[in-house]
Amino acid sequence: MRIIRFILPLAAALSLSACGINSIPTKEEGVNAAWGEVENQYQRRADLIPNLVATVQGYAKQEQDVLVGVTQARAKATQTTINPGELNDPAKLAAFQQAQDGLSSALSRLMVVVEKYPELKSDQNFLALQSQLEGTENRISIARRDYNEAVRIYNVEIRTFPAIIAAKTIYGAEPKAPFKATAANAETAPTVKF
Amino acid sequence: MKRLALLLLLLWWPAAANMVLLPTAAAAQEFPKLTGRVVDAADILPPEVEARIAARSEAIEKQTTAQLVVATVPSLDGYEIEDYGYRLGRAWGIGQKRDGKGNGDNGVILLVAPNDRKVRIEVGYGLEPILTDALSSVIIQRAIIPEFRAGNMPAGVEAGFDAIAKQVELPPEEAAKNVAAAQSAGGGGGGGDGGFPAGLVFFLILLFVWIAIASSRGKGGRRARRGGPIVVWGPGMGGGWGGGGGGGGGFGSGGFGGGGGGFGGGGASGGW
Repeated sequence: MRIIRFILPLAAALSLSACGINSIPTKEEGVNAAWGEVENQYQRRADLIPNLVATVQGYAKQEQDVLVGVTQARAKATQTTINPGELNDPAKLAAFQQAQDGLSSALSRLMVVVEKYPELKSDQNFLALQSQLEGTENRISIARRDYNEAVRIYNVEIRTFPAIIAAKTIYGAEPKAPFKATAANAETAPTVKF
Repeated sequence: MKRLALLLLLLWWPAAANMVLLPTAAAAQEFPKLTGRVVDAADILPPEVEARIAARSEAIEKQTTAQLVVATVPSLDGYEIEDYGYRLGRAWGIGQKRDGKGNGDNGVILLVAPNDRKVRIEVGYGLEPILTDALSSVIIQRAIIPEFRAGNMPAGVEAGFDAIAKQVELPPEEAAKNVAAAQSAGGGGGGGDGGFPAGLVFFLILLFVWIAIASSRGKGGRRARRGGPIVVWGPGMGGGWGGGGGGGGGFGSGGFGGGGGGFGGGGASGGW
């Protein structure tokens, strides 16, 4: 009996620590950090655009509507932000995604237009901006994938035993919203050739 | 009483099992083994070129701690090279693990997929300000692609590696000049990491409350004796659930291993 008196509190403490009191905040921080990286990379893209627009304008003034489209899409994208606390709201995330995708499609229209201007395409400044833009798009897709993975881990954690106990009783933790694939094959695994 | 203790232990058990099992579920894609500083899985480099690159890479790691690796792969397994590159970097853990001061994640992989006719410079988070996308792109377009187009793979790889090595070796001010020359807007990429485990405080309070209850139940004289084992057990338990650490890279047969650096898609790619 005496031993039980030692073991019991220890077991209770252990079981409580293991039922998500610690793991839920840790995994939530993982989601928040991954989200920070997503915003960071989208911001990086937005920062490139004024310079890009100015460079294209130097060669292709007559493409005003495309350039204005990019500038407007950028303004909309930078206005739509989400606090980490709102990540459990799928509607907010969908709005964010829509604004950023709007900018993506405006940019791809711009890149199509650029094909008509050979001098622009050989401009050193433009080439540098283009490589930065490509790199940023690449970082965005990685940051989004990392975020979705962090969300998946968090959502599994709060919905499964034993962390579900703390999720329900202490934190009232709600599942976070992941990004949805937008392009037809954006998130599907590539086919493997043998 | 005994049954209650058993029940609590049962409650605790699945969490312990989870901690052990979860990390293994992550790995899926197969990569070549990290056998050294040059992993020529596509077999396009003669031994003397490999040796020269490896020696230079070793010297650079001694000087700057940055890890520069050349990898050639026979196939990208259907992935885009950008996609393959950062996963390879993470799987190998090239570059040093980031320390408290924000240094580290300083790995670079020059990845060549000759059969897909694609090349990429994959840059770790820590080197992104020095080896920017624009500069990486310039290196690929000017140093690597012309040689590859002429069918001279080893010369292209060596020229590309040289250009990367020169930039990484430079003192920061001079490296910054090259970055500006490549007309880069720059911009750091580090995301926040860490976070204070709020649960820890709660847990500790809980632990002390339980200890207090347990020892107050004992009759006066015995309290001192019982305090002993609990105090010893307390800190010992803390180590049990410190959170699963990120794994570093595995060590290759050449005595070279990744330091656990991180990659987030920095660099540039090209095709020929």
